[in-house]
Amino acid sequence: MSSFHWDWGFAWAILPELLQGLVVTVLATLLGSMVAFALGMVWTLVRMLRIPLLTPSVSFFVEFIRGTPLLIQLYFLYYVLPTWGLTISPLPTGIFGLGLFYSAYAAEIFRAGIEDLPPGQWEAALTLGLPVRRVWLGIILPQAIRSVVPILGNVVISMFKQSSLLSTITMFELLAAGLNIGSVNYRYVEPLTLVGAFYFAISFLSARIVRSLEAKHAFAD
Amino acid sequence: MPSQIESRTHDPVAATASASAQALLSMRGITKSYGDHVVLNHIDLDVASREKVAVIGPSGSGKTTILRAAIGQGTIRIDGEYLWHVKATDGLRPAGERHARRVRRAVGIVFQQFNLFPHMTALENVREPLVHALGMRRQESDARATDLLCQVGLKDHLGKHPAQLSGGQQQRVAIARSLALRPKIMLFDEVTSALDPELVGEVLRVVRQLASEGEMSMLIVTHEISFAADIADRVLMFDAGKIVEQGPPSQVLKNPTNPRTRQFLRAVLER
Repeated sequence: MSSFHWDWGFAWAILPELLQGLVVTVLATLLGSMVAFALGMVWTLVRMLRIPLLTPSVSFFVEFIRGTPLLIQLYFLYYVLPTWGLTISPLPTGIFGLGLFYSAYAAEIFRAGIEDLPPGQWEAALTLGLPVRRVWLGIILPQAIRSVVPILGNVVISMFKQSSLLSTITMFELLAAGLNIGSVNYRYVEPLTLVGAFYFAISFLSARIVRSLEAKHAFAD
Repeated sequence: MPSQIESRTHDPVAATASASAQALLSMRGITKSYGDHVVLNHIDLDVASREKVAVIGPSGSGKTTILRAAIGQGTIRIDGEYLWHVKATDGLRPAGERHARRVRRAVGIVFQQFNLFPHMTALENVREPLVHALGMRRQESDARATDLLCQVGLKDHLGKHPAQLSGGQQQRVAIARSLALRPKIMLFDEVTSALDPELVGEVLRVVRQLASEGEMSMLIVTHEISFAADIADRVLMFDAGKIVEQGPPSQVLKNPTNPRTRQFLRAVLER
């Protein structure tokens, strides 16, 4: 069994189990994105509102998240927190870990989106007597978010690929499914090739979608 | 043009006395500088109720800055109330952003770059201050916004987004929007400078019409000298952060005494 040999029958047989893993991967990516965008928005607002003590703490925290590897953060959440009495099962840990890591990037993207708005938008809102809350929720954020949708799309794609790291905290996602099949059957060619093919196919399609969003935006401007 | 305003602005003593008594916009000692560059140098400026004041001058002379200063920092009174202070028994007390927001409602501003909200339709742009600054209900605000857009000749464009409108139409939406709060004074900041020449007329027409209705005070920064001559009760010539000459248009624009004014008008009219 040393020569390279592709077994179509085996590939077909393992497809359902891989697809189960893929569902978990997609689920973790989508939920992780929501966590990332929600937390990222919180970081952005806290940083822009310049709240004493809170703003510098959040800034440091965001820098810290960006400056350490995702893998270590996942290990920390999964292996260290339980020793402090906080045990969470793999899926929520993975979703939170991914979301937290990417929230640091989302925060930067949101900030750029807000700062890139023409100052005239603030001036107009101010002179029309709109309350601060309305200025943010009705004028600034809708435009800022809309302008960074394509960039956030790229974050989601990156997260989708990086979610393979969740296999290391025993989450049964796409890569873990492939590895499991490999170790049970002593055959890695088909499962790992298919795993790679799945990642590529979905990333590729998503990237095309993001690009068409970018084109649409460029046109709308 | 009401003759009482004419006579008031002709007579400097009467002008000062009545201005301090009933100026709608009153600015005292407004100074603004960026680093070493002084943009406004201790400007005092009053605009009386119903008065139309045009501001001319070369770019960089501080004329746009004075307009922005009207809602900015400094000792500013709008319609009898201090922008940043409230009167107390022991003098003036600082008041917060909320107070300023309320006082500012008496001021409508139209910007050079329109500053419409691009994610909203024309109607939604005009409705925005009605709903969120005045707390008007939807139906009422719809009717009022439609009304305002009809006034500026945009009856057929209510549902369009700014990107679907020409510059002149966008500026007219912006005018309608700034009228929404029924301001007592309108500030126009070179409202035709960003427009293609063939679109200038439709915007000036709307401003002229507003001026002829007479109710509002206006402070108009403009390069359109003949427009200023027609519409203004008083013209201010700005240069290097100071008002170098002021008076009725017949004097400042036709027989200027200040050499800088003469030089400026010659340059502008030769274009």
